[in-house]
Amino acid sequence: MAEIVIRNLRKEFGSFTAVKGSTFTVGDGEFFMLLGPSGCGKTTTLRMIAGLELPTSGEILIGGEDVSQRPASKRDIAMVFQMFALYPHMNVRKNISYPLVSQGMPRDRVATKVTEVARTLDIAHLLDKGVGGLSGGDRQRVALARAIVREPKAFMLDEPLGALDAEFREHMAEELRSLHNRMGATTVYVTHDQLEAMQMGDKIVIMNHGVVEQFGVPQDLYDWPATMFVAEFLGSPPMNFLRFDGIVGRGMAAVTLGEAVIDVPQQREDAHGALALGVRPEHVHLDDAAPTRGRVIAAEYLGTSQIVTLATPHGEVKARIPSARAVRSGDTTGLSFDARTLSLFDVATGRALSSAANQTVLAHG
Amino acid sequence: MSAHSVTAASRKAKWVAGILVVLYAVLTLLPLLWIISTSFKSGPDSISYPPKVFFQPTLEGYVNLFTTQARASAEDLATLTPPEAWYDEIAWADGMIIVGPSRFGQRFLNSVIIGFGSTFLSIVLGTLSAYAFSRFRVPLRDDLLFFILSTRMMPPIVVAIPIFLMFRSLGLSDTHAGMILLYTAVNLSLAVWLLKGFIDEIPRDYEEAALIDGYTRFQAFVKVVLPQAATGIASTAIFCLIFAWNEYAFAVLLTSGNAQTAPPFIPTILSVGGGIDWPAVAAAATLFLLPVVVFTILLRKHLLRGITFGAVRR
Repeated sequence: MAEIVIRNLRKEFGSFTAVKGSTFTVGDGEFFMLLGPSGCGKTTTLRMIAGLELPTSGEILIGGEDVSQRPASKRDIAMVFQMFALYPHMNVRKNISYPLVSQGMPRDRVATKVTEVARTLDIAHLLDKGVGGLSGGDRQRVALARAIVREPKAFMLDEPLGALDAEFREHMAEELRSLHNRMGATTVYVTHDQLEAMQMGDKIVIMNHGVVEQFGVPQDLYDWPATMFVAEFLGSPPMNFLRFDGIVGRGMAAVTLGEAVIDVPQQREDAHGALALGVRPEHVHLDDAAPTRGRVIAAEYLGTSQIVTLATPHGEVKARIPSARAVRSGDTTGLSFDARTLSLFDVATGRALSSAANQTVLAHG
Repeated sequence: MSAHSVTAASRKAKWVAGILVVLYAVLTLLPLLWIISTSFKSGPDSISYPPKVFFQPTLEGYVNLFTTQARASAEDLATLTPPEAWYDEIAWADGMIIVGPSRFGQRFLNSVIIGFGSTFLSIVLGTLSAYAFSRFRVPLRDDLLFFILSTRMMPPIVVAIPIFLMFRSLGLSDTHAGMILLYTAVNLSLAVWLLKGFIDEIPRDYEEAALIDGYTRFQAFVKVVLPQAATGIASTAIFCLIFAWNEYAFAVLLTSGNAQTAPPFIPTILSVGGGIDWPAVAAAATLFLLPVVVFTILLRKHLLRGITFGAVRR
């Protein structure tokens, strides 16, 4: 197992730049998520770590060794592909033994290891079957077995749950996570599903247009997004933005939106012009006495909670409130926010403004 | 419209289709059947009118094809010891004595060497270049592919005279190597284009999985791509073999003895002696058909998969 360090990694395909100078570190034994919308460069980054693409510039260190220009076969990395890529002309046993055969391992040891891994993944009864007739979940397990059997320095998983049925996905996600907990192997996992990333990841890096937007533990990213992109990409519904023109100064602990004065964490940065107040739906409360007013336009019932959409002078706001509270469309009500949870963004740059609450997170990511 | 009527053909349509297939099969197979049956007829049976459908089969045609014979008078035959081998008996019955093998066996062997040799070479070179065109960023790729295809835009025989002169000065005239080279050159463009299509269909994931599993690019190509491309390789091989096997014009022009193939040789049987020995000609044609038929049957499993390749696997 090994730590993976990525430094200023860049990849150009002709005139298109897929990855623009990424820097992050995957700790030894971490379950690390590469998250972002399609085309953001996350898969290219993964392929560069695996050695399937060579970077245009930058460094990739696996276990302290610079492997950036080394071919995949010399990196001691295992990978699970989105479509599994099981060799169709081999049965399950041959598929799993294939990476061991390439190392020239003696046959009896290969056989023992394959049986062992097959038992771990509960596919021992499938060993002599062809891979064509397997169900999605079993293919997934075979692909995992092929990756695990070699005990590589790290695992690369490229949207491994993407090809599975929705109902089975949940189950497989749990299985993957528990497998990781047992083995403690460094794992890099690519996904576009923010829920999956937060559920499973020890750490997340969020990419957009080839740029690393933020990097850190899921809760830091969720609570203290470094950019408006991260704020919107994480969470469902995403973070609300109340847009306003104003001035924020170092040391200030409140902003003025229209007539309402809203307490915010003490600011550490000056900014003026188009700003946005970011608030998660669960931190919006309906409070008739509050000065920020909103008119209810919709309410979605979700069982224990409901999502209420309100129109305010600063844009639409969604609030997650207990479903016990009766809300009718057309009602006008006041909105109050948890002061400790608020972030301010500079709309022009999309960056979060540093405050007493988020400065440690921002300094890190 | 119900789903049933779209997916399942009606009984009537099945009947019509069945009858059409049988008619087509009769139309194409009847001449072949006639050739094969003629090859087992005796000389008089083969030219009798009305044509004989039922006859006493004999291997006379085959014996005549493979041997050189001399006519002997009844008195001469009486002085000789009676024949022991079955083929000697057949010749004896016609008043002939076998004096040695004919050149057919050697010409046939030439066809086998040149046909299969050039097919093998076309497939090896074709698969490697098709893989390169399919997977790597080859500079001017599209132009190169078009150039390769353009070599098929005129009939190859147009360049017969330049090739004849080149072969003469390179000492390739009437050599196996020369003919293999020529047929490979003609077939290669087809092979590259066909195989590129098949290799494009194979997801790159398989090779990448092999690269990750610790194999080199070439090992991944041999162990993962080639088995996946078996269908394409089989059908391309059949096309290449059929061309090389049946090629007549270049063979007439460039070979005369040592490397002469069967197609230019078979017509020479027609002009031997007085009458035309139709059973021998039919026997030659029958034997000439066999290798391609056998080769196709051996590869038919892959061919059938080739037909359903695009439809089922994705």
